Amino acid sequence: MIKPVVLWSDVLIFILVAFMAAFFWHLRSRPLTLKRWRSVFHSHTGVASFVVILFYLLIAVTDSLHYRLPLDKIEGSDDVHYSQDVRSLLDDILHDLNSLDETTYSEPFSLYSFAKINMQDDSGGVYRDYPRLASAGSHLQTEEDIHADIVQRSVWGLALGLMISLLIIVPHWLWRRRYAAQSSVPWVTAYLTLAALICLSAWALLLGQVYHIFGTNQVGGDVLYQSIKAIRTGVLIGTLATLLTLPLAVVLGISAGYFRGWVDDVVQYIYTTLNSIPGILLIAASVLLIDVYIETHPDDFQLVAVRADFKFLALCFILGMTSWTGLCRLLRAETLKVSQLDYVHAAQAFGVSHARIIFRHIMPNVMHLILISLVLDFSVFVLAEAVLSYIGVGVDPSMNSWGNMINEARAELSRDPVVWWSVSAAFALMFVLVLAANLFSDRVRDAFDPRFH
Amino acid sequence: MLAYIIRRLFYAIPILIGVNLLTFALFFMVNTPDQMARVQLGDKHISADAIEEWKSQRGYDKPLFLNTADDSGGLLTDTIFYEKSLRLFVFDFGKSDEGRVIGEDILERMWPSLALALPTFIVGILVNIIFSLFIVMFRASLFDTAAMIFCVALMSISGVFYIFAGQYFFAKLWHLVPISGYLGGLDAVRFLVLPVIIGVISGIGGGTRLYRTLFLEEAGKDYVRTARAKGVSELAVLFRHILPNGLIPILTSVVVVIPSLFMGSLLMESFFGIPGLGSYTLNAIWAQDFAVVRSMVFLGSVLYIIGLILTDISYTLVDPRVRLS
Repeated sequence: MIKPVVLWSDVLIFILVAFMAAFFWHLRSRPLTLKRWRSVFHSHTGVASFVVILFYLLIAVTDSLHYRLPLDKIEGSDDVHYSQDVRSLLDDILHDLNSLDETTYSEPFSLYSFAKINMQDDSGGVYRDYPRLASAGSHLQTEEDIHADIVQRSVWGLALGLMISLLIIVPHWLWRRRYAAQSSVPWVTAYLTLAALICLSAWALLLGQVYHIFGTNQVGGDVLYQSIKAIRTGVLIGTLATLLTLPLAVVLGISAGYFRGWVDDVVQYIYTTLNSIPGILLIAASVLLIDVYIETHPDDFQLVAVRADFKFLALCFILGMTSWTGLCRLLRAETLKVSQLDYVHAAQAFGVSHARIIFRHIMPNVMHLILISLVLDFSVFVLAEAVLSYIGVGVDPSMNSWGNMINEARAELSRDPVVWWSVSAAFALMFVLVLAANLFSDRVRDAFDPRFH
Repeated sequence: MLAYIIRRLFYAIPILIGVNLLTFALFFMVNTPDQMARVQLGDKHISADAIEEWKSQRGYDKPLFLNTADDSGGLLTDTIFYEKSLRLFVFDFGKSDEGRVIGEDILERMWPSLALALPTFIVGILVNIIFSLFIVMFRASLFDTAAMIFCVALMSISGVFYIFAGQYFFAKLWHLVPISGYLGGLDAVRFLVLPVIIGVISGIGGGTRLYRTLFLEEAGKDYVRTARAKGVSELAVLFRHILPNGLIPILTSVVVVIPSLFMGSLLMESFFGIPGLGSYTLNAIWAQDFAVVRSMVFLGSVLYIIGLILTDISYTLVDPRVRLS
């Protein structure tokens, strides 16, 4: 039997998904907010970027179901020991990608290694040449078949992708025609985006069984596999860090604006002080402290995955704790304005408690600021991870992340000829996620920010 | 005005004390000098003597706040807090953990940082203003939409990508400029061209988009409509009305970063091998040289606070209606 492993970040990602579902469910009873959200989903870019974000989220969720495989039983013992290697459901889906073992760099779709080694010919003489890759393309009869094989597999992959897409889309379309014919959501855009994503995945999975689509890295690992595994890190860092900015920003911002006086002074003092410290230095200093903590408490972190997870959560926490000042300032200013409105004065005159006024009258009026900054910050944090990992204060080096891949590229790009594929794959997958998040946040801002009406 | 500036400088003191206490707590209380020594010396089975020696060489062997053992009046002064934290207020940064004098390093490395950051800053603002004005000229057209999507795409690309791509094409493939390095004097231009261009390009997406919003806000105001109704030409409206008024929020919003330009850019300087304060800081982070990191945190805060004061002053300069009180 396998042994499930629940990392703290797994718990958080499931809470997050549940929270998102509850949020959209809750919207059903809020006609005004619902109207705003509708306008987000009535635009083509809004729908398309949402589908892309959901797709990334789905990958992140499948990569969060962790377990450990049992090791072979020792003779004469009933104890089951488990592997130190923590796997996830995504690893099973991508099994074929990860199973091609090479030893060093190879170009995308290449059958040969990228570096020459000494080899012996039949007569025992030594010559230098590019060795054949161990497993990529090992099914080919002759090497000339490779182009025909790639084309054939691509066609099969796309056909398979189209079939899966149709299996999902057609039932939904039929259901919609019957029950929700009046919908003005641009469903065609959603279908097309989804079909494109599924076709691309099917193509990559089918070709990835026998080739390295994005080449291999220094130790021969498949780059495509790595960059897909990095999705979880990117998505999680974006969402967790963003959510962690909320408590301080909301509580301090609103109380400063509502209570004024000394509360306002204290809050302003705190955020000016925190703001005045160069952000990256504060983050770097805090992460270095976490490193020291881990190094001096090795007993608490037996599994590599647990250590990486702890460091990862600490990083999210640090990012959240150092980035709340912007939203706090906005909320303070808006609350100052809102709390001067007549109905707030009326509520105060009636003797309504502060807590009630804040929740009933202030919060709904500043909610749009919170929402807009939530979606805006997401992409900022995803991009920040790359820079932080480059500086060496990012996620644990054992964790798959785009930042770590980019970090390795420093050495790869100074080689001659240049090893360009690893870093390109990281940039490409990151770009798609950040672009989708940016486009989506634009639509959300257009819908919720009163200045844009 | 002078009275206001002096008062603002006094307000800065509690903030700097806050920064100071925060960094002190982070660097000495959460993580003790013992742990620092252990990480620096790198060995798990290090002897206690070696740790003590490392600490005493760098002055970390004193008590944190109160030195009760010292009878000669050093109760408060012969402590880590006084020596390492309070001394920062007179810009006495002390020595780095490697033994170099930090103050001298900063003075020396400030200029390359400025030589890179200042042109990037100025050219960046000019380019963004020109682009956004051009887009505002064709507002609400297909060109506007396309340009905005282009800007979002530019914003979605990691800054590191621009550096990699620039270095690869301009330096490695076309040999137009050196890949990295730095020379003093006029030779510096050769080394600075590429980082400045990359710095400007990586800021275009966000900057142009922001400035476009600011100009559009101006373009929607009544006086612009009046001007158009009078029959003023579109170009005259753009350059005589929208541009000068739109510049006010733009200029006042960038003033805050001007003093911080001295701090340089971590990424740019390290990728292009420019011996400025950014790469200095980064090297300190890599070497876990907390003395340098602490000094840079303090310097950064001081410069930021100066930036805040300059922002307030700039408001009164560009808009006579604002009075400092």
